[in-house]
Amino acid sequence: MAERKIRALLAKPGLDGHDRGAKVVAHALREAGMEVIYTGLHQTVPSIVSQAIQEDVDVIGLSIMSGAHVPICRKLMELIKNERLEDKLIVVGGVIPSKDIPILKDMGIKGVFPGGTNFSDIIAFIRENTARN
Amino acid sequence: MGVATYIKNEKDAIEKVILQSGIEVKPAYTPEDLKRVGFDYHKDLGDPGEFPFTRSLYPLGYRSRNWTTRQYTGFGTPEETNERFKLMISHGQTGLNVAFDLPTQMGYDSDDPLAEGEVGRVGMAVDSLKDFEIAFKDIQLNRIGVGLTINAVASVMLAMYQSVAEKFGYKRTEISATPQNDILKEIVGRGAWIYPVEPAVRLIGDTIEYAMRELPRCNPVSVCGYHIRESGCTPAQEISYAFMIAFAYIDNVVARGYKAEDFVGRFSFNLNVYGNLWETVAKFRAARKLWARLLREKYNVQNKKALFLRGIFGGGGSGMTKQQPENNIVRGAYYALAAALSGAQTTALCSFDEAYTIPTERAALISLRTFQILMDEIGLRDTVDPLAGSYFIETLTKEMEEKILEEMEKIEKVGGMVEAVASGYVQREVARQAYEYEKKLQEGKVTKVGVNKYTEGVDMEVELHEYNEKWAQLQIQRLRELKKTRDNKAVNQALKALEKAATNQENVMPYLVDCCKCYATVGEMANVFRDVFGEYREPGIF
Repeated sequence: MAERKIRALLAKPGLDGHDRGAKVVAHALREAGMEVIYTGLHQTVPSIVSQAIQEDVDVIGLSIMSGAHVPICRKLMELIKNERLEDKLIVVGGVIPSKDIPILKDMGIKGVFPGGTNFSDIIAFIRENTARN
Repeated sequence: MGVATYIKNEKDAIEKVILQSGIEVKPAYTPEDLKRVGFDYHKDLGDPGEFPFTRSLYPLGYRSRNWTTRQYTGFGTPEETNERFKLMISHGQTGLNVAFDLPTQMGYDSDDPLAEGEVGRVGMAVDSLKDFEIAFKDIQLNRIGVGLTINAVASVMLAMYQSVAEKFGYKRTEISATPQNDILKEIVGRGAWIYPVEPAVRLIGDTIEYAMRELPRCNPVSVCGYHIRESGCTPAQEISYAFMIAFAYIDNVVARGYKAEDFVGRFSFNLNVYGNLWETVAKFRAARKLWARLLREKYNVQNKKALFLRGIFGGGGSGMTKQQPENNIVRGAYYALAAALSGAQTTALCSFDEAYTIPTERAALISLRTFQILMDEIGLRDTVDPLAGSYFIETLTKEMEEKILEEMEKIEKVGGMVEAVASGYVQREVARQAYEYEKKLQEGKVTKVGVNKYTEGVDMEVELHEYNEKWAQLQIQRLRELKKTRDNKAVNQALKALEKAATNQENVMPYLVDCCKCYATVGEMANVFRDVFGEYREPGIF
């Protein structure tokens, strides 16, 4: 029986409009056989979470270039906890200085992919860390 | 980014060089190539300062006008921005280029819930005229040109700039501001959009019309191929999209009964310098020439100065890498060289720490010194258009011209730029190019030093410009005090009048100036437009 494809929501939270990275990763995940839903720009954290629930995704990926990744991720993880969505894999990409990576991981963000990460690393990480592998 | 694809072969170290715009580079060029492309000195080049301005807009190039350097500056509070402005001016910078934070760019006040965590982060927070009064204190606004990097609410910020200048006692006829004011490129490539495409373009028409009558030294629009290139398009597409966008704005104003000749001379361009050196130089030379020619052919513009492709050619941030960040100082120097060989009038560089953050003081100063070394030490001012006549450069310039025209034709076929952006056609094309490029980079088909080749070495941690949470608190406090102390009745009246003008297709600019002068906030003015115009929805592009 064919397994269900991995479903990923790629989201651009906050006011930052730089979406080259998000779109490029969306292309790459799709080419790797995943189903990708891209939210578009200027999303609030609650709207991202509700789209994740509606679309029943396995992965939520945030792309953040503005430097506001710490406050945004903190907000997201609170809501994830409240909504009991801890089974979803949460990953973040963008302009992320290395000193912030442990802070994000402590919050429960499993994967952090600073700009320039290879597609193959992102794809392998998602495959290894989702239940529907 | 933006280099060529090199395919290796054992006989020749490089078998094939294909530039990003799709042009193949031969191992050697001769007079035969000039014949092949039909090169003609008088038709294709002309003397410097003569139509079609391929070589230079002015007969003496940098010998009569040194270039203007305009590093992107502005962060945190207006007080800090003011200090940085003064510092850069004292070091010899001749123009200012103001960075605004994201809430300001998106038309939200600092106390808006959507602004949380973003106030003062990537630029200066501006809520009202009070902030401009602080930011521009003790700066001679009649002597310095100011770029305002803002788009969706550029009309508001231009009115704000006029208001601060008048408040300081300058005449509006003597100030020189260049708001970026290019909403189509925001929708395609930078993402700071608010309103739907048509009313957004109308606001740009309003600023152009108003500047033509009231602000003769202002450049109301800076058409940005730059950001579309940053988003992934090729150099040829960058120029063709920029021109098609400019035509959309021209058409909006022409439809109001004006002649292009009367306003197009105040247009400026913001174009990108990175990638292959030769392709860059050929791109700018071809662009100057095509712009002049197309304005003549399409809009019958005859006045020589109105045919100038003026603007800022700036070093692209996408070229900068997070890996081995000091290499970016070297990259910046080569981009500046490319800009100089291309005859850039005004220029700016992304600083070496730009892949992480807005530039630190040290990094911004290194960028400024880079330009000064080129002009004052190395001899870039000695003669105009030094590469002219090169078999290679002239052939490539002709080939780039053809590529740019091809790309313009594709946009015309889908109904022009407004339609191509509204339907998501351009966004799809740019995203596809970005993906293709990224794949080549990861497969090692294009080289990025320190990223996919010569990666040995220590990744330095750069000193970062830290975000300070206190900025937001200060800014919100100031805003609350303002709302208590200003004449709220006058503010309400001014906002009502603005709403009426926006609804009645009247030019909104005089009403925005009235709003600014009684201390209406950016958020209040932007919300008037939100109510009247609605908000833009992204078309699905996947």
